[in-house]
Amino acid sequence: MNIIETKKVCVSYEKKLTINDLSIQIPKGRITTLIGPNGSGKSTLIRTIAHLLHPCDGSVFLDSQNIDEEKTSDIAKKLAVLPQSSNTASDLTVNDLVTFGRIPYRKRFATLSKLDHEKIDWAIERASLKDLKNRRLSTLSGGQRQRAWIAMAIAQDTDTIILDEPTTYLDLTHQLDVMLLIKELNEKEHRTIIMALHDLNHAARFSDQLIAIKDGVLQVSGPVQKVITKQNLRNIFNIDATIVNDHDKPLILTYNRWQEGIAN
Amino acid sequence: MSSRVRFLLQFSIEIVLLCILLILNVRYGANKNSNNTVMNALFNYHSNNIDQRIIHQIRVPRVIGAALIGSALAGSGALMQCVTKNPMADSGLLGINSGAALMLTFSFIFFPKLSTQQTTVFSVFGAALAAILVFGLSSMKKIQLSPTILVLAGMAISAFFTALSEGLALITQLKQDLAFWHFGGISAVSWAQLTSLGPWLAGGLLVTLLLAPSLNLLNLSDDSIKSLGKNINSIRLIALLCVVILSGISVALVGAVAFVGLIIPHIARFLVGTDYRQVMPLTLILGANLTLCADLIARTINPPNETPFGIIISLVGVPFFIYLARKDNQRI
Repeated sequence: MNIIETKKVCVSYEKKLTINDLSIQIPKGRITTLIGPNGSGKSTLIRTIAHLLHPCDGSVFLDSQNIDEEKTSDIAKKLAVLPQSSNTASDLTVNDLVTFGRIPYRKRFATLSKLDHEKIDWAIERASLKDLKNRRLSTLSGGQRQRAWIAMAIAQDTDTIILDEPTTYLDLTHQLDVMLLIKELNEKEHRTIIMALHDLNHAARFSDQLIAIKDGVLQVSGPVQKVITKQNLRNIFNIDATIVNDHDKPLILTYNRWQEGIAN
Repeated sequence: MSSRVRFLLQFSIEIVLLCILLILNVRYGANKNSNNTVMNALFNYHSNNIDQRIIHQIRVPRVIGAALIGSALAGSGALMQCVTKNPMADSGLLGINSGAALMLTFSFIFFPKLSTQQTTVFSVFGAALAAILVFGLSSMKKIQLSPTILVLAGMAISAFFTALSEGLALITQLKQDLAFWHFGGISAVSWAQLTSLGPWLAGGLLVTLLLAPSLNLLNLSDDSIKSLGKNINSIRLIALLCVVILSGISVALVGAVAFVGLIIPHIARFLVGTDYRQVMPLTLILGANLTLCADLIARTINPPNETPFGIIISLVGVPFFIYLARKDNQRI
């Protein structure tokens, strides 16, 4: 079953057409990752699915319902979105930030309910931030901060979590922490994960399905093994990659710029 | 100390200070009175006693006005800083004060017979005009409302409006009349103005307080706020409406007083942190305290002459602001 579907979606951003006639299906309860070069329209697509941008043509369906016909406050109970690290809320504490995740459920001027507190504590626990609960975001490392943002998305208690390049600017260990946390959310809580990633090896290792786009046009989509192939990577990224198999997942060992005539 | 305890402590200290300042302000002024006269003027008023009349008709409305205006300026400063995500913002920076000033100059020139209530309409209209222009200019680019563009547009509009009103004042030789008002003075606030404009100020302040929980949310990026199902533009619009009403009326009553809106929110944040549910109430009380304090000095430093209290605020405010900026780089 598909949780999100786009049908012939066109999106323009700052007067340029960035996504053209794109139809994709995102299965429920799986991890789906968007890959593609810089400027391919990954972020635009993520923001369109998250109802932050409006398509100029075509429609986005959430649970087989046109997303434009739903109230934003209702969408917020189904979709949690972690935008690209443009967030500068450095004065907040971890607890403050995670509390924001409960906003879709709160009535105006009402105090936090028992359920709210439970969900907040649960989210902080899940993201292993218990000891850092009262620290300001500005005093945390990049990885801890990213986990705090993910905790906010967890507290929002939605079936689907959308993340736009969640590992950007993080070192190796913190990237891995974030990816493992995301995987855990999918496996243990059966949440649908949709994300955009640059690291193809992470994408291959942690996703069930990949969607590759280039210049706003769908190139290929499907199971990881089907998408990460020498031919596809050449078409999408213009690279000549050496791919091996690692635990049934493709792993890119090294790559060069693809040049006509040199590689085959 | 938990943040709640710290807030309650700071808040009660400021409330006590407010009460003391209110009493002092009614008690002392250019006209010397006894404690008895003050008590009688407040609780046993006889309009044929000239000393009681001074207190009842001039001092009391002036004191209430000063407190309300202080809160209004400080509150609109806090709103502006939050909405524009710029710690140096206040209604002056975004051209709102100068818009109000321009329309006031117009009304002084073309309709010199108008009452203060009527000129206030001009002032609020000017404030709204400036706000619309500034936000219109900065949203002409199709991207989301960026704080930097907002501030730049505000400064441009502010310079333009100030030049216009200064020029008009020079041509029509109103410069002298407007000078005092440019520095700010509370001497003119009367009961009549207070009863007609006070409710608007009080209403604006109430909405500002109710807005505080939503203001915390503005710490997040626009995308994050939208994805939590909140309409960011409606929060911005309500905040801006409050700023227009609060600063429009304040400017009409006491002139373009600088610094209250800029420094008070910083002092409040310095005292209780960054949660607007705590910062906003403290900001309003602190704003009242500062203007009351400045007005008290303005009246008593060189009696019976009035010193424009805007000058006093700047004299006290600037060194204090520099001190704060040096002491705690993190929060400013």
